[in-house]
Amino acid sequence: MLIKELTDLNGVSGNENEVREFIISKIEGLCDSYKVDSIGNIIAFKKGGGGKLKVMLSAHMDEVGFIVSGHSEKGFIRFKAVGGIDDRILPGKKVIVGKKRLSGVIGAKPIHQQEREEREKIAKIRNLYIDIGADSKEEAEKLAPLGEFIAFDSDFVKFGNDCIKAKALDDRVGCAVLIEALKHSFDFELYACFTVQEEVGLRGAQVAAYNVMPDVALVIEGTTCADVPEVDKHEYSTVLGNGAALTIMDRTCYCDRELVQYLYDVAVNNGIKVQYKQTTTGGNDAGQIQRTGNGVKTASISVPCRYIHSPVSVMSGRDYEAVERLTVAALYQMSRDRAFKGGW
Amino acid sequence: MQDTLKLVTQVFGVSGNEEDIREVIFNEIKKYVDETRVDAMGNLIAVKKGRKKKIMLAAHMDEIGIIATFIDEDGFIRFSNIGGVSPFTSLGQRVRFRNGITGTISAEEKLEDFKGLKLGKLFIDIGCKNREEAEKLVKVGDTANFVGEFYVQGSSAVSKAMDDRSGCAVLIELIRNMPKTENEIYFVFTTQEEVGLRGAKTAAFGIMPDCAIAIDVTLTGDTPECGKREVKLGGGPAIKVKDNAYIAHPAIRRYLEELAAENGIPYTLELLDRGGSDPGAIQTTGIGVPCGGISIPCRGVHSPAEMVSLEDLEYCVKLTSLFIKNYKG
Repeated sequence: MLIKELTDLNGVSGNENEVREFIISKIEGLCDSYKVDSIGNIIAFKKGGGGKLKVMLSAHMDEVGFIVSGHSEKGFIRFKAVGGIDDRILPGKKVIVGKKRLSGVIGAKPIHQQEREEREKIAKIRNLYIDIGADSKEEAEKLAPLGEFIAFDSDFVKFGNDCIKAKALDDRVGCAVLIEALKHSFDFELYACFTVQEEVGLRGAQVAAYNVMPDVALVIEGTTCADVPEVDKHEYSTVLGNGAALTIMDRTCYCDRELVQYLYDVAVNNGIKVQYKQTTTGGNDAGQIQRTGNGVKTASISVPCRYIHSPVSVMSGRDYEAVERLTVAALYQMSRDRAFKGGW
Repeated sequence: MQDTLKLVTQVFGVSGNEEDIREVIFNEIKKYVDETRVDAMGNLIAVKKGRKKKIMLAAHMDEIGIIATFIDEDGFIRFSNIGGVSPFTSLGQRVRFRNGITGTISAEEKLEDFKGLKLGKLFIDIGCKNREEAEKLVKVGDTANFVGEFYVQGSSAVSKAMDDRSGCAVLIELIRNMPKTENEIYFVFTTQEEVGLRGAKTAAFGIMPDCAIAIDVTLTGDTPECGKREVKLGGGPAIKVKDNAYIAHPAIRRYLEELAAENGIPYTLELLDRGGSDPGAIQTTGIGVPCGGISIPCRGVHSPAEMVSLEDLEYCVKLTSLFIKNYKG
């Protein structure tokens, strides 16, 4: 399964090579040409049937993780977060260090030896360390040099009726949708952009969008899903199983309203389950793409992911299918219209 | 000026939803300019042709507001902010959706501590019995502005959305009374300023001006227990030195000061400690754009009762006019 293959790969922001090589192997033959730009984005181009519209699809290859920031005398690794990670989830997690894929664990002082106050306090990342089984500082430095990336170690697991647990669903689900979309042909020029460094500030997308200068952009994402105990209903953001999530507005982008409505209508007309993301927090590549050049009509279609940015992200297989179907259906609709009908 | 100000402040135009205000401004200016266009971000760009310097004048036409995020079974609407909306100023206010539906903002009753007041604890009541009834009037994703009537008292004018419709009014006034100049002037009514200077970014890219001036409101230092600022209501335009988004180009700032001093325009210097304005996005466009700001002193910024001085507005028109007429680069 494509999502399993994609989430098994490591691609902490700035270190997307493994993911990039895999994606290139999948899209060669599906597109007319592709290039890797200087920041590391893959821009795959598929010629259209002569239509004037230029459409960009965007999904980021990178995932949240860590970076080696120091070594202790005894060979433990100090580390820092790359992207937004909740310190509370860290102790006791398995990680993979560097290209050599060394196993490591995030350790903490045993509960037996913790004072009461220590137990009640949340461990901060600066007080945690990674144990890679090294005996000395020298050995640790050799195995995991300063700046080496660290990814969560987490298997792809299917469970329940329709659930999938993995790391990096944000945003390998988007990468999978883009690969699928490249199997289809449209009237317009299609640019499928697999971007880098989204998790550290939407950086790759900025360069990719400038390069492409599209008229319309669809960002395919994994997004927050907080339909869990202790959260008020009006703060769920999205609901697992309720289908593809359309963003109206988040911290980085007020999506083009006509385009969002267009996507919603396409979903309804094709019997695809769709929901609006009901919070305005978070952000994604759409924020940068929208503001490129003279401006780009931009919207986001997302797969709801519980426990996002953790090694145990959970999504529904049907939600993923809804996002894939909606993306392809919307592209066909634009293809038939020979435009995205909208505009001021 | 007063009529224009009343007209533009009262129109709906929450960030990302600027259609109505754009239409109104377009109708006010269309017969005075050489061409107009609207870009993908919705900016209204009006041009007065010339052979010399390309000057971009920016005033944002969006206003702060709220967006409906959830409607519960009883028909109450949960919402999120668009731009800088404080839960404290929101409580007890009325909001109006684009379709005219008005709602009132209340807090959950079990909330005991005023400090714990967050937007997530507030809701909008549009007087419906249930979700079904409410959804006929307001849908998730619909936006509303705060209700704040326009009135003039003495030389002060009060309304919602003085930020930055007062800047739009200054530009409209200037368009109608253009000085003779060989410079090419781009009057840009920008979008989505309140959510991150977004419209200005694409507008500037499309124009690639030689310099840019933003006309926007700024905080004053003349109210009880406020921050120390030289800017005051009735003190004339505030010439921008810096805000949190940019530092004014020293040559532009000095030129504005000279023009004001030579022409008997009172002014203060603005060093804004909170918030940014469009040049923050404009100045790093292309190979860079020298930017400055002519700011309108405004009390109660981001409340439904924002107060400006009509005299300050006249002086802003005058100073901007002198700038575009005489700027040589």
